[in-house]
Amino acid sequence: MGNRYLLEMINISKEFPGVKALDGVTIRVRPGTVHALMGENGAGKSTLMKCLFGIYRPDEGEILLNGQKVTITNSKDALNHGISMIHQELHPVPFRNVMENIWLGRFPLKGFGPFRFVDEKKMFADTQKLFQDLDMDIKPDTIVGSMSVSQIQMMEIAKAVSYNSKVIVMDEPTSSLTENEVAQLFKTIDELKERGVAIIYISHKMEEILKIADDVTVMRDGKLVGTWPASEMTIDMIISKMVGRDLTQRFPVRSNTPGEVLLRVEGLTSPFAKSFRNVSFELRRGEILGVGGLVGAQRTELVEALFGLRSVASGKIFINDREVKINSPIDAKKHKMALLTEERRVTGIFPVLSVMENTLVANQHQYVTPYKLLHQQKRKEDADRNVKMLRVKTPSLKTLIKDLSGGNQQKVIFARWLLTEPDILILDEPTRGIDIGAKFEIYTIIADLAKQGKSIIMISSELPELMGMSDRIMVMSAGQVSGFVDGASATEEEIMRLATRLLV
Amino acid sequence: MSGRKIISFMSQNAIYIVLVVLVIAIAIWDTRFLSLTVFRDILLQSSTRTIIALGAAFVLITGGVDLSTGRVVGLTAVLSASMLQTTDYAQRFYPNLGEMPLWLPIVIAIVAGLLVGLLNGFVISKFSIPPFIATLGTMVMVYGINSIYFDLPPNNSQPIGGLRPDFTNLGTGYVFGMPILVLIAIIVSILVWIVFNKTVLGKNMYAIGGNREAAIVSGINVGKNLLFIYAIAGALYGLGGVLEAARTGGATNNYGNMYELDAIAACVVGGVSTSGGIGTVPGVLAGVLIFGVINYGLTFIGVNPYWQLIIKGLIIVTAVAFDIRKYLAKR
Repeated sequence: MGNRYLLEMINISKEFPGVKALDGVTIRVRPGTVHALMGENGAGKSTLMKCLFGIYRPDEGEILLNGQKVTITNSKDALNHGISMIHQELHPVPFRNVMENIWLGRFPLKGFGPFRFVDEKKMFADTQKLFQDLDMDIKPDTIVGSMSVSQIQMMEIAKAVSYNSKVIVMDEPTSSLTENEVAQLFKTIDELKERGVAIIYISHKMEEILKIADDVTVMRDGKLVGTWPASEMTIDMIISKMVGRDLTQRFPVRSNTPGEVLLRVEGLTSPFAKSFRNVSFELRRGEILGVGGLVGAQRTELVEALFGLRSVASGKIFINDREVKINSPIDAKKHKMALLTEERRVTGIFPVLSVMENTLVANQHQYVTPYKLLHQQKRKEDADRNVKMLRVKTPSLKTLIKDLSGGNQQKVIFARWLLTEPDILILDEPTRGIDIGAKFEIYTIIADLAKQGKSIIMISSELPELMGMSDRIMVMSAGQVSGFVDGASATEEEIMRLATRLLV
Repeated sequence: MSGRKIISFMSQNAIYIVLVVLVIAIAIWDTRFLSLTVFRDILLQSSTRTIIALGAAFVLITGGVDLSTGRVVGLTAVLSASMLQTTDYAQRFYPNLGEMPLWLPIVIAIVAGLLVGLLNGFVISKFSIPPFIATLGTMVMVYGINSIYFDLPPNNSQPIGGLRPDFTNLGTGYVFGMPILVLIAIIVSILVWIVFNKTVLGKNMYAIGGNREAAIVSGINVGKNLLFIYAIAGALYGLGGVLEAARTGGATNNYGNMYELDAIAACVVGGVSTSGGIGTVPGVLAGVLIFGVINYGLTFIGVNPYWQLIIKGLIIVTAVAFDIRKYLAKR
């Protein structure tokens, strides 16, 4: 590996009204390496990348490619300079096939003059060759909508390669991949490295970073903290550089004591063959029950069925030893359940509504006066109190929730459900996409709730979080419960073994 | 900094600024435009449109659309007019009908509108048919029903006229120097504002339009709420139809044709988002008034009606282009 840098962004500054989003940040990326870019949400990673893609114009600083200064004003420019990005949320054209997605905007043509048509044959052959070179097993004429997230991601990577990209930015590429798919992705990344491609890798998953990155650059509050060889770093070192203080503990001390059984589930089975089946468990008052498993273990499906969002073929649910039927979230709320969904943006927030309305949305009936109107003063007080209690950082109650950070949005959703005074809180990946500082606050909230006697079911794909927060962990594998382990004494190996036990 | 503040104020209040600028521009052209009579006429012409547009706003804010608006207006205009003719009129719809109390046909017509709305809401929430299609169906059906009714002997599709003065008084009369019609529109606007801002139904309406999935997860009965919302919308079109008949002193089965487009145009110009979740009563009022001012003002200064159409179309697109800037991601 030579010393020359493929991409250099030197002294980049960018100011928004009232915020210095980037303050003299420098990052140098070597060819054929994976360069991890780390920092809490809001540290300026995405702003920096948007400067690279010409979405923002930096106020100061310059971008060098192979030592040459370049000006990039839009993402097409970036592509032409060999810079492409694999987004966290992929946006393919779902009803069209793979090759049309890859060659979109630059279809190979045949014919002449006004009689030029898309050359389907050449497109097919080119696509096939592209996949062969990258050792990917995807057929060029597959309809994209029928593919898995990981396959679509592979397709996007192939697309980037087809543009002859020298720098590929990957934003949280593994956030929705299964273990096997991650392995496949890493294999592809190795392949790309061999071709001299540099990869800027944005992720919150420390273990992953240490496994795959060559260099690590950490940012904090719009400033560069530093760049180090990944081999010299440990998880704790990275975290302390990200948060700017030594992290003595990642999880709060819990002092909840599980009481009598509140919820009992017996043999819950989905009507769909590949979904959850025969799930039985108990949840005690004041207990945090972690639910572990790989992506595809049907954990989300299970809790959504518990909450009445999905249908159930057989099985019984008992609350306080009385059997209950839950056919809709309305029933679930009546039985004092609350669900914080995994996809915060899709099923959680109301983006164009204010923080206040987002806080109150599940609880409007409490404010109806005898004249069928809403008690405005009480609404405002409740919203204000809960938003303060959960330390939501928001300029005002009237701010639209879409303008808050992920962590603060999540706290608003916590506030929403706490107002319904639930006994059972179901949390589906409660800290997903939330930066480390806010994670600790969310953990504290969860621990406090358990201490108050609320029962909590927490799905998490992060093993440290599961082990750090749960009293007990229920591990699921291929739709079934493969075992229970004690939260305090469980090991990662034990959980992984259970999680993969029923895979075929 | 203050420059930025002005721009932000302008884009936050684009609709109202457009309205004021329009009035000023027309007044500069012809100063006689600035008179009480002119303003009263504009308000009078905008009153039924306001009521109808508010109905459409309910639906638009849930992220839906209602194409049946105009035909419901036609149906209820014909229904109310057919029962409110003077007893000595030659071509009565019901030759042997006695004098009904004024409120009864009005209530019947509004209930008819409400029932069509209920049907819309039922089909949309029960069978998950997209609102565009469901209301397209009712739009066609309601016209058919109205035409059959209108064609009943002895009327045989004759325009209904000879309406009772106590009925037409609703559309043309005054109390305390204020047109009754304008008064009704103001009262309806206030009621709708209360529903939008102070009731569970209103909050749920914004939530359903803002994120339907999240509304379901939050335990909102989306189907039931939609049912109510389409029914209210239908009832408002019904009231609009009744008042159209009263204002014009007659009715045919073609009354209200294409009113849905006017209503939607007024709503979107007034800042209601067609993708749902956004919209206010003052915005809708401003939207209706902008069209009122254009219709009246351009005729007032003698602009050719075909040019008026072109200007109207331009206003729809530019107003929305400005308004939408509020919600675009800030970069």
